[in-house]
Amino acid sequence: MLDPLVLIFLTSGLFLGWALGANDAGNVFGTAVGTKMVSWRTAAIICSIFVVLGAIVSGAGTSQTLGKLGAISALPGAFMTALSAAFAVYAMTKFGLPVSTSQAIVGAIIGWNFFSNNPTDISTLTKVLSTWIICPLLSGVIAIILYQTIKFSAQRVHIHMIRADAYQRVALIVAGALGAYSLGANNIANVVGVFIPAQPLPPVQIGGLLLSSTQQLFVLGGLSIALGVFTYSKRVMMTLGSDLGRLSATSALIAVISHSIVLFMFASVGLEAWLAGLGLPTIPLVPVSSSQAVVGAIVGISILQGAAAIRWLVLAKIIFGWVITPVAACVLCFIGLFFLQNVFGMVVI
Amino acid sequence: MAPNLSLFGRTKQLELQIDSFFDKVSEAAVVFRLGVRVYLKEGYTEEFVTRLDRVVELESEADVLRRDIEKHLYSNTLIPDSRGDVLGLIETMDQLLSEFEDTLWAFSIEKPTIPEELGSGYRKLTNMVIKSVDELALSGRAFFRSPHDVPAYNHKVILYEKEADKISLNLKTAIFDSSLDLSFKIQLREFADRIDGIADLAEDVADRLAIYAIKRLT
Repeated sequence: MLDPLVLIFLTSGLFLGWALGANDAGNVFGTAVGTKMVSWRTAAIICSIFVVLGAIVSGAGTSQTLGKLGAISALPGAFMTALSAAFAVYAMTKFGLPVSTSQAIVGAIIGWNFFSNNPTDISTLTKVLSTWIICPLLSGVIAIILYQTIKFSAQRVHIHMIRADAYQRVALIVAGALGAYSLGANNIANVVGVFIPAQPLPPVQIGGLLLSSTQQLFVLGGLSIALGVFTYSKRVMMTLGSDLGRLSATSALIAVISHSIVLFMFASVGLEAWLAGLGLPTIPLVPVSSSQAVVGAIVGISILQGAAAIRWLVLAKIIFGWVITPVAACVLCFIGLFFLQNVFGMVVI
Repeated sequence: MAPNLSLFGRTKQLELQIDSFFDKVSEAAVVFRLGVRVYLKEGYTEEFVTRLDRVVELESEADVLRRDIEKHLYSNTLIPDSRGDVLGLIETMDQLLSEFEDTLWAFSIEKPTIPEELGSGYRKLTNMVIKSVDELALSGRAFFRSPHDVPAYNHKVILYEKEADKISLNLKTAIFDSSLDLSFKIQLREFADRIDGIADLAEDVADRLAIYAIKRLT
């Protein structure tokens, strides 16, 4: 029988999922919806389906990496880790600073490690930290390649503007679906990853299908992201669309495709196995920030259009956010765990 | 797949409508030239009326197309980035058709008597004006398919407009050097200005097109 307390503990992760759906769906479909190329309803339905699919089919890889960073075996500890990450995200958003759920959760896990005297796996941490730099850089490089390729083709293939518009709509939907899938695959670990080691849910038999605790967590996490998309993403998408208004529709599409490719690369177990099979260096499976991937792509396109197009102050603010988010989550988690253990007498380690 | 098919179906239809609109502009330019020529050669004849009727027909067909294109663009929220520019282009191109129609109507109503020695000036002026409109139509088509080519066509529009101005100036000098009554001179000058004004309008549209094309390319 499922302990009702388990559901209460899971709420912090589901809240994080909701926030992720509300905010990051904007990175995937914001431009398309903001520019009215795709209706919000279509975007929300596609986004929700593919986020849940991505989480269930390809979410395991990044979750394992977070598990290696800190295997939180007690459910109250996992609850506080996810809650402090959620608070860090909330506070950063309140102060208008760009925020990444991935960085918040990693900071919170390290906070738990400090509190529990559990040594942080340095090689995993290095891997995670390096991806935070590689992710926007890689996204920028992909955006530059895509931009040049499209520019080269556009000069040679004379497609009617109206037809190009139709192709662009289809491309935005496909890129959005890929983006949502990648978002689910890459970021589901942020939502439910910390709960996996505690195995809080008993296996459930649905027809011929036996769902393990981890699989149920992925489904719940995916659904919470989808809920965020449906209940709150409309405003974010509209705002993002107009914020990015100075980008042309093509540049915006390139930004979404680059973001989706990078998120997929950092989440795909299949790609990792394929690269390993060829004897090539593999791409670490780490939850990366969808916002930073988009920012990396936009900076890449801006570089092509001349460095003057880059708003350096905004970029500095983003980099400040990269540093402050994990630190804030780490401190919050440490303090929260202290209270949970010493005031409420919970087992957090 | 039904929504995609309908999306591409609508796209194809709109593409055809835009192409057809430019066809109307090109055809009206040709018919206008023939109309003026026949008037200069034979005066107000049956053939001139046929040409005038055809230009009137083309103008109203282009109006229907313009409204359809505008409705399509807005009701289906197509090309959000360039919608305003396309509407601006179609509307100013449509003004060219109105100018063709108004000028032929002016010939029809006023029936000016054009002395034989001035006829070749009007003919040259009309030919040059039509050349600028032809290049503009090509530029307009290029805007939709290959905006890189727009400057080359625009260059020719401006070149022909300048030539038309020179011809118009010479023609007007010849008019006022003649021994005609002042009232005739003023009437003939007005016709020269009217025809030359079409090239001026073509140049204005080309200037707009240049900006629209730059916007598309950035």
